[in-house]
Amino acid sequence: MTQQNHGNAHKFGMVIDLDKCTGCGSCMVACMSENNVPFKEDESNKKDSITWMRVYKLTNGKSFPDTDVCYLPRPCMHCGGKGDHGHSPCVSVCPATATDYDYGTGIVSQIYTRCFGCRYCMGACPYHARFFNWWDPKWPEGMEEYLSPDVSPRMRGVVEKCSFCFHRYQAAKDKAYLEERDTVAEEEYQTACTQACPSGAITFGDLNNPDHAVHQLVNPDPHHCGRPRNPKAFRLLERLETNPKVYYISEREWVRKAGDNYLDGEWEKAKMKKTKGHE
Amino acid sequence: NWPWTPVPPDGEVTFEDTVCTLCSGNCGISVRKINGRPVKIEGTTGHPVNDGGVCLHGISALQYLYDPSRVKSPMIKTDDTWKEVSWEKALAHAAEALGNIRKADNANAIACITDNDKGTVSGLFKRLTTVLGSNNYYTMDTMEKAWATTIDAVNGVKAHVGFDLKNSDLILSFGSGFIEGWGAPVYNFQVNARRKTHGIKLIQVEPRLSNTAAAADKWVPAKPGTEADLALAICGVLITKGLYNKKAIQADDPSFKAFAKMAQEKYSPARTARTTGIDVASIQNLAMAFADAEKPVAIAGRGKGDSAGSTREFAAVYALNCLAGNINAPGGFWLMDKDPAEVWPSIEMDAMATQGFARAKFVETDTVDSLMAKVTASAKSPVEALLVYNANPCYSLKNAKAVTEAVKKIPFVISFSSYMDETTQLADVVLPSHMFLERREDVSLTGPVPLDITALTRPMVSPLFDTRHPGDSVLSLAAAMEGSVAASFPWESYDACLEAVKAPVWKALSEKGSVVKEPVSLVKKIERMDFSLLLNDTAVVAAEGDEATYPLVLMPVDNIRLTGEIAASPFAVKTVSDKVLKGTDSFIEINPETADQLRLSQGDEVTLTTPVGSAIVKVNLFDGIMPGVLAMAHGLGHTMAENPYVGGKGVNVNALVGPVMDAISGLDAAWGIRAKISRV
Repeated sequence: MTQQNHGNAHKFGMVIDLDKCTGCGSCMVACMSENNVPFKEDESNKKDSITWMRVYKLTNGKSFPDTDVCYLPRPCMHCGGKGDHGHSPCVSVCPATATDYDYGTGIVSQIYTRCFGCRYCMGACPYHARFFNWWDPKWPEGMEEYLSPDVSPRMRGVVEKCSFCFHRYQAAKDKAYLEERDTVAEEEYQTACTQACPSGAITFGDLNNPDHAVHQLVNPDPHHCGRPRNPKAFRLLERLETNPKVYYISEREWVRKAGDNYLDGEWEKAKMKKTKGHE
Repeated sequence: NWPWTPVPPDGEVTFEDTVCTLCSGNCGISVRKINGRPVKIEGTTGHPVNDGGVCLHGISALQYLYDPSRVKSPMIKTDDTWKEVSWEKALAHAAEALGNIRKADNANAIACITDNDKGTVSGLFKRLTTVLGSNNYYTMDTMEKAWATTIDAVNGVKAHVGFDLKNSDLILSFGSGFIEGWGAPVYNFQVNARRKTHGIKLIQVEPRLSNTAAAADKWVPAKPGTEADLALAICGVLITKGLYNKKAIQADDPSFKAFAKMAQEKYSPARTARTTGIDVASIQNLAMAFADAEKPVAIAGRGKGDSAGSTREFAAVYALNCLAGNINAPGGFWLMDKDPAEVWPSIEMDAMATQGFARAKFVETDTVDSLMAKVTASAKSPVEALLVYNANPCYSLKNAKAVTEAVKKIPFVISFSSYMDETTQLADVVLPSHMFLERREDVSLTGPVPLDITALTRPMVSPLFDTRHPGDSVLSLAAAMEGSVAASFPWESYDACLEAVKAPVWKALSEKGSVVKEPVSLVKKIERMDFSLLLNDTAVVAAEGDEATYPLVLMPVDNIRLTGEIAASPFAVKTVSDKVLKGTDSFIEINPETADQLRLSQGDEVTLTTPVGSAIVKVNLFDGIMPGVLAMAHGLGHTMAENPYVGGKGVNVNALVGPVMDAISGLDAAWGIRAKISRV
C-alpha cells in the first residue's frame, strides 16, 4: 500500500558495510568540509560537537583476547516513519515545518531560516543525528575563504543535520536539465562521505531502483517498509518502525545484534523471525 | 537576515589536480574551486595510489593552508622575541652566521635535517650542506629507511621495498598498522577492502586490538617486543617441516644451516610460547597457514611506520619472505630499483668547504637521534648551526624534551617551516616556506607500495603570506653567501632548477603531472639472504627501565585520526574520540583487569611515570589491550599556541619514551618503555 502512494518517486538511501569500515574518519571530515560544518577550540565534549556524520566505536563486550571492535558511521537515517508514510520522528514534532519529508526523494530536509531552535526534533530523534548551534560559528582569520557557497553556514539557535548532500542532488538535476535529460544517473548523485570513503564501505543510491547498488545490496522488502531481505543487513532500532533509509551490513552476528537493544533471549527470536521472513 | 554569518560567494566551479604531501602516501587530490577559490579537496579518481579515495588529513588540507600557526613572513629572534623582517634582512642574518662558522674553519659544524633525501628540494638542502663544507646532513627515521638498511645488511643491495599486498593471499603483519595509516594509507585501505572480494587473509601480530587487528581474520596478541621471536619460531617450524621454497634457499649455505639450527632449537615453539605468550599449537598453525598460502607475504614496520624499528625484527620478517620464496614475486616482497632521473651539475668547493667536508661526520649513522644525543652529551654543542626543513625533531623524536634541550644548545637554528611548530619555536631565523598547496615541486612516492611514481605538485592558490618556495629559499641563501657557494647554484629560480635537474623526465612530468614507471624495475641481481645477522641476540630491543620499579609497559600507538610531526587539523582533532582526548587531557588505555588490581576506574586521573618522564593522564578501560600493557596515542601534546584548535591538547607520548639505538643500524628501534602509574 505504501509503495504505491509514492509512485515512481526516488527513495535515496545508504548502505554501509561495517566489515569494510576501518573507522578512519574520512567520511566525517568529508562531510564537515562539504557542508561548512564549523568547529570550536574544544570539540571533546561530544554532546555539543556538531558531526552530521559520526563514527561510533562498538565492542563485543568480551574480555582479552576475545575482544572485537566495530566502527559504525551514523549519518541522519532519513526515516520514513511508521508505515514509511513520511512521518519521521523529527518531522512529526517540528512546529515550524523547518524539517520536512520529501516524498520525491525520501530525504528529510532541514531549513535553517525556519528553525527557531525549540529542539523538539532533537528529542524525538532516536539516533542522536541532530545538532543544535549553541553559538555562532567562528572561523580563524582567513579560513572563511574555504567555505562553500552550496551550503549556507548556520547561525546560533538553529538545529542542523545530515542532508544526504542534497545540494549535490540539485546540482546533478541542474546538469541533467541543461543536457536535456530526465534522469540523474546513479554515479551523478553521491554524497561527500560516500565519495571520500577510502574503503568503499559506503554505497549510496535509490533504494527504489533495482539497478542501483544499494537496492541490490540489501534487497529491501516493499511489503515491510523496506526491511532488508539480505540476512546480513540490518537497520538501527528496527523495532521502533522509524524505517531508516540507512542500512548496515556485517557478517558478524554481534554487530547485527548491536543494532538494537535486545532483552535476554529476544535476539534469538528476532533472528528466527528474520530468517523466516527471508524464506 | 543574519549578517553575522558569512555568505560564501558563488561562481564557476572548476577542479584542479595536485598531489597531497602530508604523508609518504602522495595521493592524487582534486581541489574544487569556486571562481578560483579552493573550497574542497577530494581524491582523484583513477590515480594509481588512491583511486578517488582520500584520508581525513588530505581532505583537511585547506585548514593547513589557513592554519593560524602559519609563519607569515621571515622572522628573526632576538632576546626571545620574534620580529618580522624582510627576506633580505633574514637571509643576510642567516648568511652572516653561516659565513662566520665557515671563516672560523669550522664549516662541518653546520648540520642540516630534512624529512627524507628524495626529490629536488631535499637535493638542494643536501647540496647546500655540502658546498658550505659539511657532511652533517641527516634525514628523519622512517620504516622505509629501516627496511633499506636491513636489506643492505642481509643482501648487500640498495633497494626500495614495496609489498605487493593487492596480489597476495595472506598478509602476516608484525605490528604494522596496515589500516592505521601505514605507508601509503589510502592505498592500504583499498587493499583492505579488496581482502573481502579477493580472499586475502590478514593475520595481525600485536599486543593490542588495534583497528588493523580488529579488521584482521586472526589476531595474535604476542607480548610486546617479541614479534621477532615469533617470526623466528615460524621460520623454525617451516624449516623443520621442510615447508620452504627450496629454490630460494641454498640448503648448504653455512649461514642458512646455522640459522636453521638456531631457529629450530632456540626458537622452538615450546620456548617461543613462553617468550611470546602464544601457545605452541597457535605458533604451528601460523606457520602452516603461511606455508599453505599460495602467495603469502610478511610485513613489518610498526604503526604508521613513521619511525624506524629493530633490524633483527625486520630481518626475521625478511627471512620469512625468503623462505616463502616471494622476493620480487607477484604478491610478494619487492626490492625496487628507483632511478630518481635527476641530473645535478657539479659543485664548487672552496678551501673552507674542502677542509670542513674532510672532517669526520659527527655521528656514524644517518640518525637525528644520535646527532641530538651527541649534542646532549657535549658540554658545548658540536653543531654550531642547524638547518631544519620539513622536520620537527623537537616533537617527533623520542625523548622529545631532551631533544628540545639539545636544540636549545645549538647556537644558531634556521627553520624553513611553514608553521610555528615546536622546533621552529626554538629557531633563531625562520625562512618560511609556501605550504604544499601553494607550490610546485617534484615528489617521489616513498611508502612501501609496489609503485614507482614521481609526481609534480602544482600551486592551487597564490601564496597567502610573505613566504617562499623552500627551493628558492635555499637558492637565495646560497646567493647571499656569495663565492663558491653561490656559484654552485647556477639557477635563476627553483622552477628553473627543477626543470634542469629533472630534465630526463621533465616533458612527461610537466605535461602529465606525474611519471608512473610501469612495470616498476626490480633489483635484478639479488644475492641469497645472509642469515648470519640473525645468529646472535645482541640486537634484541628491550624496553628501557627495570621491572621492579616499573611493572607496566607503555606503548605509543598510532591513530589514523591524528598526525605526527605536523599537528593535525581542527577537523581531524574534532573526530578524535573523547576516550583519547578530553579537554586538554590525554588518556592511557589499560586492561580492566590491570586497572582493577591498581584500583582504578574509567576516567581516573593518574600520574604516568617512565624512566624518561612523567605526565598526568586519564584512564580509559579497554578490553582489547593485553593486561600489564598501557597504550597512549601519538600525535597529541603539540604546543602551537597560535592554533588553539590543535595546540595545547594532551600529552606528547614522545616525551615519555626514550630512543633505543638499534645495535646493527643505529636507528631508533624503541617500541615502548617500562612504566608505572599512581593515582594523582
